[in-house]
Amino acid sequence: MTEFVMIMLVKMFVIFGAVMLTMTYITLAERKILGYMQIRPGPNRVGPWGLLQPIADGIKLFLKEDIIPDKASKVVFVIAPAMALIPAVMTLAVIPFGPAVTIMGRQVDIYMADVNIGILYIFAVSSIGVYGIVLAGWSSASKYSLLGGLRSSAQMISYELSMGFALVGVIMMSQSLSMVKIIEAQKGVWFIVPQFFGFIIYITAAIAELNRTPFDLPEGESELVAGYFTEYSSMKYAMFMLGEYINIISVSGIVTTLYLGGWSGPILPPLAWFMIKLLAVVFFMIWVRATYPRFRYDQLMTFGWKVLLPASIANILFTPLLMWFFGYL
Amino acid sequence: MAETKNMILNMGPQHPSTHGVLRLILELDGETVVKLTPEIGYLHRGVEKLGENLTYHQFIPLTDREDYIASLSNNLAYCMTVEKLLGLEVPPRAMVARVLLTELQRIASHLIWLGTFGLDIGAMSLFFYCMREREQILDMFEACAGARLTINYFAIGGLRHDLPEGFETRVRDFIKIFPERMKNDYERIFQDNKIVRMRTEGVGIISKEDAIDLGLSGPLLRACGVPWDIRKSNPYCGYETYDFDIATGKVGDVFDRYLVRMEEMRQSLKIVQQALDRLPGGAHLADDPKVCLPPKQKVMTEMEALIHHFKIVSEGFEPPVGEVYHSIETPRGELGFYIVSDGSNKPYRLRFRPPSFVNLESLAKMSEGKLIGDLIAIIGALDPVMGEVDR
Repeated sequence: MTEFVMIMLVKMFVIFGAVMLTMTYITLAERKILGYMQIRPGPNRVGPWGLLQPIADGIKLFLKEDIIPDKASKVVFVIAPAMALIPAVMTLAVIPFGPAVTIMGRQVDIYMADVNIGILYIFAVSSIGVYGIVLAGWSSASKYSLLGGLRSSAQMISYELSMGFALVGVIMMSQSLSMVKIIEAQKGVWFIVPQFFGFIIYITAAIAELNRTPFDLPEGESELVAGYFTEYSSMKYAMFMLGEYINIISVSGIVTTLYLGGWSGPILPPLAWFMIKLLAVVFFMIWVRATYPRFRYDQLMTFGWKVLLPASIANILFTPLLMWFFGYL
Repeated sequence: MAETKNMILNMGPQHPSTHGVLRLILELDGETVVKLTPEIGYLHRGVEKLGENLTYHQFIPLTDREDYIASLSNNLAYCMTVEKLLGLEVPPRAMVARVLLTELQRIASHLIWLGTFGLDIGAMSLFFYCMREREQILDMFEACAGARLTINYFAIGGLRHDLPEGFETRVRDFIKIFPERMKNDYERIFQDNKIVRMRTEGVGIISKEDAIDLGLSGPLLRACGVPWDIRKSNPYCGYETYDFDIATGKVGDVFDRYLVRMEEMRQSLKIVQQALDRLPGGAHLADDPKVCLPPKQKVMTEMEALIHHFKIVSEGFEPPVGEVYHSIETPRGELGFYIVSDGSNKPYRLRFRPPSFVNLESLAKMSEGKLIGDLIAIIGALDPVMGEVDR
C-alpha cells in the first residue's frame, strides 16, 4: 500500500512538472512560430533564442499587483480562476503518455490511471471548466467580462455536444472507453483513417472548446477587450492562462490517443512518439491561429448547431459501415 | 415574465479597435446594438484656431498631425489651397513628384487600413505582411524628408527639397514586387477566406442615396457605386493626364469597401508608374522669392537671398485679401481647406473639411440593429483617423 502511494505521488509530481514545463514552452513555441509565420522574430531577448522568456513571464506575473475590483463579488472572483485551472489539470490524470516501463525492478505506467471510463471522465471533468469562465465573467462586475462569460458558456456548451458525438465513432470501433484500450485497438490502423470525418469534427470542436482562433470570441480582443478575464491581473490572470494551455496539452493528448495511435510508432521510444504527435497537434492549432480570422457570435452558434452537430450525428450513423469496411465487425 | 432592460456599454475611448480615441455609447440588447452614440473630441487640439496665429508657412507641420496616417495628402491639400490663394504656379517637376508621393502615401495608408481591419476581425498575420510593404514606402519618405510618419515634405510652391538620389530605383523596386505581394500575401490569405467573407459580405450596407445625403466621400462612397473621385471630377496636379480608373463597388457593404481599397492600391501603383516615367527635371520649388525659401547656397552667398530668407522666416508672406477653398482626394475621401485672408501674414480664418469626420456620421446608420462583431468590422472598414475627426 505504501509503495502504491509512493509511486502515485512520484508519478503525480513528475507528470505535473513535465506538463507544466511543456506548457510554459508551448507558450514560447506559439510566440516563436507565430513570429516566423508573421515575418518577425518573436521573443529573442531573454536568454538565447528567447528560451528564458516563459520564466521571465512567470516572474513578471507573480510580481504584478493583484487587483480585485471594488464592485466584484469577491469570493467568486477569487474562486473562479481556480475553477478554470483545476479541471484542466485533472484531465491529465487519464492521458496515457506511454506504456509501462520498468524502473528499479518495478513496473510503472507513464500515466496516472487507466480508468475504464476514461473518455467519460475527461468529458465530465472538462465541462466543469466552463464554470470558472462563467463565474469569472459574472463576478468581475464588468460589462465586457459579462459578455465574454456569456459568450463562452454558450459556445462551450454547444461545442461540447458535437465533440462528444464525434468521439462516439472511436468508442464504437474500439469497443472501450478506456484510453489504454483505445490505443491497443489502433494496432492495425490509426483511427484517423477510418474516422477521418470524426477527427475533423473533433478537432474543430476542440479548438472551439479551447476558445482559440477562429473561435476565440470569449476573449476576442478587438471586441471585448479581453473577455471574461478583463478585470483579472497577476497570478489570477496567470491561472486562466495556465488552464488554457494545459487544456491545449490535454486536448492534443486526447487527439493523439484517440486518433493518432497514441504512443505507438517504430524505432523511437513510445514516450517520444507520444510527444511528437502531441506537439504536431499543438503546432496545427498555432498554425490555424496564424491563418484564420474570427467568427461572429451568431455564425459561431449556427456553425455549431447546424453544421457540426448534424455532421457528428451523421458520423455515428455512418460508423458501422466503416467498421464493416475496415473489418472491425 | 420579468422585465428586461437594455445594457449600456461604453466602448472607448480606450478600446483596442476604436482606432484611436473614439468613444461609442452602445445600448445593447444581448449582443445586438440597439442605439449607438459616438462621442468625439478626445483628440481635440484646436488646430483651426492655432492656424489663425501662425504664418502660412508655419501651419504646414500641423497639417501632418491631422490625418497622421496620410500626412503627405494633408500637406498637399493645404499647400495647394495657399497656392490657389496666391495664384502661384508650381514647377512641373514638383507637380509630378507630388502626384507620385501622394499616391505612394495612398498605398501606405490603405495598407495600414488593410492590416488593422484584419486585426479587427481577428486575422492577425495580415497586419505584419502589410507593415512590411508599408515599411518600404516609409523608407522612401524618409529618404525624401527625413521623417516617416509626419513627413512635412511639401512646401508652398513645390517641394521642400529635391527628390533624393536613388529615389527612382527604390520606387521601381517597389512597383516590381508589390502586385505579387498583394496577390499572394493579402488576397490569398484574406479575400478567399470563407470566414472573412462571412464577416464582411452584407455587413454595414449603406445605400447610394443615404451615402450622398450624409456627404460621405472616398472609398466609402465609391463602394456604394458612386464613381465620385476628386481626382477625376475636379482634377488637380494634372491628374487629368494620368490613365487610371475609379474603383467602385456594387452593394456598399464592408466587403465592397475592401475591394474598392484593394483596387485603389492597384490604380495608385499605375499612377506611380506613369508619374515616374514622366518625371521631368528642373526646379523643385517655384521661383517666387517673396513666398518660397531660397536655396541655402544662395542665402550664404547673396545679399538678396539672405534678405528674402529672413523676411519669409520671420514674417512670412502676405497673400491678397480673399477667400479660397480647395479640396483633394486623400485616402479617406475629400479633404478640403477653406482659408479667409485679410491680407495679413496669417489667415483670418482657417477651416478644413476632414473626410473621416463626415464619414463617421454614417456609423450609427450602418450599425444599429447589428451585432457587436459587425460593429467592429464596420468601424474598421470606415477607416476613421481620430486626429482628423477631432482636429
